[in-house]
Amino acid sequence: MLLGILGSPFVCRVKIALKLKGVEYKYVEENLADKSDLLLKYNPVYKKVPVFVHNEKPIPESLVIVEYIDETWKHNPILPSEPYQRALARFWSKFIDDKVVGAAVKAVLNVDVKERENNVKETLEALQFLENELKDHKFFGGEEVGLVDIAGVFIAFWIPMIQEIAGLELLTSEKFPKLYKWSQEFVNHPVVKESLPPRDPVFGYFKGLYESLTASK
Amino acid sequence: MAASQEEVTLLGVTGSAFVCRVQIALKLKGVEYKYVEENLGNKSDLLLKYNPVYKKVPVFVHNEKPIPESLVIVEYIDETWKHNPILPSDPYQRALARFWSKFIDDRVVGAAWKAVYTVDEEEREKNVEESFEALQFLENELKDKKFFGGEEFGLVDIAAVYIAFWIPIFQEIGGLELFTSENFPKLYKWSQEFVNHPVVKESLPPRDPVFAFLKRRYESLSASK
Repeated sequence: MLLGILGSPFVCRVKIALKLKGVEYKYVEENLADKSDLLLKYNPVYKKVPVFVHNEKPIPESLVIVEYIDETWKHNPILPSEPYQRALARFWSKFIDDKVVGAAVKAVLNVDVKERENNVKETLEALQFLENELKDHKFFGGEEVGLVDIAGVFIAFWIPMIQEIAGLELLTSEKFPKLYKWSQEFVNHPVVKESLPPRDPVFGYFKGLYESLTASK
Repeated sequence: MAASQEEVTLLGVTGSAFVCRVQIALKLKGVEYKYVEENLGNKSDLLLKYNPVYKKVPVFVHNEKPIPESLVIVEYIDETWKHNPILPSDPYQRALARFWSKFIDDRVVGAAWKAVYTVDEEEREKNVEESFEALQFLENELKDKKFFGGEEFGLVDIAAVYIAFWIPIFQEIGGLELFTSENFPKLYKWSQEFVNHPVVKESLPPRDPVFAFLKRRYESLSASK
């Protein structure tokens, strides 16, 4: 079972992993404004989605879930087999969470101009590290998608949307040619394509959020 | 595995709980390594080369391959030297170990520090409350186990060295009663077991210099009020 919400990149990571492994599951759409008893029971610590439940055993935190999925269904591996490569995969996935996601969201959903500029700068710096890390690989995982690519779905699908909404230029082919090319490959990968949410409702949601934020200035 | 073919280096600073995590893991595995004490006020070329992204310690270097981020390093150590396992073998237990270790980083480390090292009283109170809530979750998670890892310590215990050794120091400096045996009987007992475990004991930094350093920081903070 997967508890989630439609527009969440974190939930999407888990969906990609499950699709890659061909695992069938029951999906439960949560309402974060009115959290279900199920969600509160399965994630009492954070009360957030995604929560993955396997044989009554719940696991929260998207990257922890993805590693669990990889260890439980062993075909189509998500992490590399070599320990150093695994360490790098974990490092870069954590980097995306710590340095890209927060900054990018704040670059868009920030009323204060100076704060917004700082966050744009941080986002661009972080994306540059990833641009350099990708080198000439098709995916961060090499020839096939891996943990870092899955963690990076936020960059490939969500950043283009939120930058359009806010009129910002974060991920462009001029600034980050390799990363931009990667994002196109990634969102068009058959497994990923089927796991992404429909663009319009998600766009609409973030646009609504942005407008209410800037209107209240 | 010939020891002479392995080149193992750890870049660190004496008072860091994150560096200590790695030292515990290496001691548990009996891995010999070269330790390089960094000066964070004047970062070495080695540190900048091996951790260009964060420029922080710990950085673990194995045969010229660098790895930053303490929990990533500990998992690498566990996968490379397989005896005395740090993570459990069952995937669900592993997921829980990773979850609770991340919880410590996300919910305990920052809040506990700010519960003492914040000038604004309201901010400080808020962080005391957050620390308290977080420690309560861990108290409940420990249940009746000797360690979070069971009979032997594991990833979560190692991540929690911050709670066992550093929080008692902060709270003494700040005159705070947060982590006590009254508030958290199981966690408190765990912390005593943990800091006295032979492997951990040998990996902890000497208390006095760390205490003195942290006390100076606290005093300079309140002086600047």
